[in-house]
Amino acid sequence: MDDLRDKYIQAIAGAEDEAALEALRLEAVGKKGEISLKMRELGKMSAEERQVAGPKLNALKDEINAALAAKKAALGDAALDARLREEWLDVTLPGRPMRTGSIHPISQVTEELTAIFADMGFSVAEGPQIDTDWYNFDALNIPGHHPARAEMDTFYMHRDEGDNRPPHVLRTHTSPVQIRHMEKYGAPCRIIAPGRVYRADYDQTHTPMFHQVEGLAIDRDISMANLKWVLEEFFAAFFEVDGIKTRFRASHFPFTEPSAEVDIQCSWEDGQLKIGEGDGWLEVLGSGMVHPKVLQAAGVDPSEWQGFAFGMGIDRIAMLKYGIPDLRAFFDSDLRWLKHYGFSSLGVPTLHGGLSA
Amino acid sequence: MKFTLSWLKHHLDTTASVSEIAETLTDLGLEVEAVEDPAERLGDFTLGRVIAAEKHPDADKLKVCRVETDEGERQIICGAPNAREGITVVLAKPGTYVPGIDTTIQVGKIRGVESFGMMCSEREMELSDEHSGIIELPSGEVGQRFVDWLTANDPAKIDPVIEIAITPNRPDALGVRGVARDLAARGLGTLIARDTDPVPGTFESPIKVTINDEAREACPVFYGRLIRGVKNGPSPDWLQQSLKAIGLRPISFLVDVTNFFTYDRNRPLHVFDAAKVKGDLRVHLSKGGEELLALDEKTYRLAPGMTVISDDTGVESLGGIMGGEASGVTEETTDVFLEAAFFDPIRTAYTGRSLKINSDARYRFERGIDPEWTPHGIEHATRMILDHAGGEASEVVVAGEIPDHARAYRLDTERCSRLVGMDIPAETQRATLEALGFVMDGDMAHVPSWRPDVMGEADLVEEVARIASLTKLEGKPLPRMHSGVPRPILSALQKREQAGRRTAASLGYNECVTYSFIDRTAAELFGGGQDASMLANPISSEMSHMRPALLPGLLQAAARNQARGMSDLALFEMGHVFEGGEPGEQNLCLAGILVGRTGPKDVHGASRAVDLYDAKTDAEALLSAMGAPAKMQILRSGDAWWHPGRHGVLCLGPKKVLGIFGEIHPRILQALDVKGPVVGFTIWPEAIPMPKKAVSTRPALAQSDLQPVERDFAFVVDRDVAALDLVNAAAGADKALIEEVRVFDEFVGGSLGEGKKSLAITVRMQPKEATLKEKDIEAVGVKIVEKVGKATGGTLRG
Repeated sequence: MDDLRDKYIQAIAGAEDEAALEALRLEAVGKKGEISLKMRELGKMSAEERQVAGPKLNALKDEINAALAAKKAALGDAALDARLREEWLDVTLPGRPMRTGSIHPISQVTEELTAIFADMGFSVAEGPQIDTDWYNFDALNIPGHHPARAEMDTFYMHRDEGDNRPPHVLRTHTSPVQIRHMEKYGAPCRIIAPGRVYRADYDQTHTPMFHQVEGLAIDRDISMANLKWVLEEFFAAFFEVDGIKTRFRASHFPFTEPSAEVDIQCSWEDGQLKIGEGDGWLEVLGSGMVHPKVLQAAGVDPSEWQGFAFGMGIDRIAMLKYGIPDLRAFFDSDLRWLKHYGFSSLGVPTLHGGLSA
Repeated sequence: MKFTLSWLKHHLDTTASVSEIAETLTDLGLEVEAVEDPAERLGDFTLGRVIAAEKHPDADKLKVCRVETDEGERQIICGAPNAREGITVVLAKPGTYVPGIDTTIQVGKIRGVESFGMMCSEREMELSDEHSGIIELPSGEVGQRFVDWLTANDPAKIDPVIEIAITPNRPDALGVRGVARDLAARGLGTLIARDTDPVPGTFESPIKVTINDEAREACPVFYGRLIRGVKNGPSPDWLQQSLKAIGLRPISFLVDVTNFFTYDRNRPLHVFDAAKVKGDLRVHLSKGGEELLALDEKTYRLAPGMTVISDDTGVESLGGIMGGEASGVTEETTDVFLEAAFFDPIRTAYTGRSLKINSDARYRFERGIDPEWTPHGIEHATRMILDHAGGEASEVVVAGEIPDHARAYRLDTERCSRLVGMDIPAETQRATLEALGFVMDGDMAHVPSWRPDVMGEADLVEEVARIASLTKLEGKPLPRMHSGVPRPILSALQKREQAGRRTAASLGYNECVTYSFIDRTAAELFGGGQDASMLANPISSEMSHMRPALLPGLLQAAARNQARGMSDLALFEMGHVFEGGEPGEQNLCLAGILVGRTGPKDVHGASRAVDLYDAKTDAEALLSAMGAPAKMQILRSGDAWWHPGRHGVLCLGPKKVLGIFGEIHPRILQALDVKGPVVGFTIWPEAIPMPKKAVSTRPALAQSDLQPVERDFAFVVDRDVAALDLVNAAAGADKALIEEVRVFDEFVGGSLGEGKKSLAITVRMQPKEATLKEKDIEAVGVKIVEKVGKATGGTLRG
């Protein structure tokens, strides 16, 4: 019996593949296998003999079955290993190409400033880009003969012969949205109005279309000091420089009184502009207290309400923040530019996550 | 507006430095654009004296000079013919930068002899063009700074020039005196009185002036006087230098006088050559059609209603804008008729604008001059003419009356703190206004005649705050409108716009911002280009019409990129398009285009040409991201710029179009010079129905425990049968049971025969009550075949 055991255990251990193993199984424990035959012989034995041989044979059968199973698993593992060795790939080959899209800096910066002003309670108002000259000029205290009209390089829309209305204009600023908003919703209000504006000017630093954001806050006791705080908070958040300094300079706009141009602190070193440090000043916006005539034009009683307004170039602050050199390239759609200066689709600016993080 | 420091000091007694003055001006709202201070570049030059000058041993034209300097005696080689013993010269010692030759002087050898500096000519110091020899000064001590010598002896040469930008509300600051008044009000000096006694006339002016009734508003007042026997010619040096320094060309004394007062007092004047004036002068409005050869040597044809001054022969001058050539003064003029009038700002602006004349006079009259100073203007100018050109003045002729400008507003001293947020003592506020020329009468502030801009109480606050300096303003927190966490502020449409934009970028599109105006041809290709959406004054023919669609701008961007060698493009834009020229005739659109291949050639063979279905996939993804319903109709009713057989209109009924996708018509691509094919889409975010009410809870999720069953069917149909019709028919066979129908194969031609195709679909059935038995499934199958047959004429493929 021990010989039998040794013979099969050795053979199983030496089996080279599953076929050889199967042959061994049949030979040993198959229906007509050696051990099966021996088990059949048990019937012919005496009870005493059977009591000795039976358990031995059973144990032998179990042992061989276990050895067969173990060998089968081992052969399987070896075969898998061998197959996997064959399945080697050059992982340094590139993956499948995927297009990466981008968000234009104008959109990104518009979302950034919307996030900041939203936190201060400003909502977003919109208005038409083609507007009447009343909304664009008269309502903003710029009557027909006012030199500011000529200075604004206004685009006028065509007028048919016989249509004697003054020609409509492409809005030269986002300020008409102030009027439309107050007409509709009255006071108090807090809005920003970002959007396209147009002026007939094209050179190194001007394009005939650009973007502005208008701000308007009207209430009973809003003062220019509030305006200064709002702008300081805005610049600190937008440029991500705590304590950035601003300078208010007296100026004049027909639609505000008093009016101020606002500079932000900057430095110029080796041709590199840095915002929020140094002793230099960079003009970034015009602002002031809304002129009583403008409130009146929009149907808001100036003896009861007052507030501030400001307007700033979105393209310009985008250029300053992100170091984009040429305004004209904003509207050229050069793929290299779009990819270089564009933003990730998921990079939605938030105050809690950081605006440009 | 430019002026020199010395001109300013003619009106302002101040010890302030140029930089102090410049900073203050900017802070006052008279923004300094440039300061040019010649002294800055001449600071290192000192005076020396030539002790001896001998011929250079090796050069005929050079001299070896011994020069006494503040650092002792130095040897300097000089080539100037006037270099000689005893003269006082200007030295550039080694290390000094000489601007006129853009060189820093070094110790060097000239023809073998050492030289320790340079003696300079005026040109080398950029003081003038003079270069015939080195400067010889009539006075000065050795070692004295040349700048100091110039300040004491010839200050005009180093007079700093300040240029300021004047906002339209401040015509008074278009005269140097107005600038000085602002500085004095700020406390940077005191205003110097510059009055002149009237010059009594000795005879009656032979030229009379009348103002026609119709021109009383256009020209309310006209002062004139004849000065006879003058000697015109070049102006005295001081006047020439003053004008040159601010960029004006001296012409002749009489003309220069008018220019001087234009800049000194914002008081434009005009001079006629009296000998060329026929008869009297008459101010009237033009009838239209008159012609005038103006002083700029151009002939202008007048429209009706312009303010003109005529003599017996016709129009001689455009009031407030420009005089005529025929009656202009020349060097030979001996009898001059001097005019100081007041012209209405509005009419002047319109006339100047329509004739396109930009003159110093127009610039000032349209902003508003000081009407009260009209008679003073004529006296000041008369005095200056008599002083320098001699002659005899007539009595002043006056037509009309100085217009009434008197007005007063209440100064509410509390208002400054309320409106600006600055606390300024009431007394200071009153003093500020008085310094600016307001006359205080109790609380009422009477506005000075030179401030046409002050039209209300808020203007008084502005003046007070401006003079006090807004730089001192301290920020004050703006309280939140609601306490606690800020509320959302975006509208549903604004959120949708953002979702569309971000999704497009996620789908691999690069966002573009293209101009809202395009050329007529491109606009016409996309259904625009009408006169209603045309600009009256486009900047170029490339930008003449408001865009009727976003696609032309994107296609032109694609063409530009292709020209730069970039051929695989995915571009999108979100913006407004214009269907007309009235406010509000604009619609928000989102459009995208795909050009070239899905990517560069790659090892996996994944790259392929983009096709219609790419555009469809993206359009549907974008519509879904912006809240469109999952089920939309697809019609083939798109506009002519789409490939007629390859586009689909995504809609909720023929009149509720949400978007279009497809291939751009090849003729459009050819016209716009784009190498195609190009596929793309346009979506109208505003057309997507808004959810009725924002509810945050979701409906309960219905999940069946029963096994779904899928069965495939293949139908043979005519080639032009739409797959969607077949799918809808199949889905309609049992709406409760059939969860989804998908097309998974399309096969055209082959054994099917001409004009036929096979469409294979998978139908997924989801039982809700009991497991499906084979006979249930078969029953549904029969119904599907029947429905599809009815709807499309299709038969089950054998």
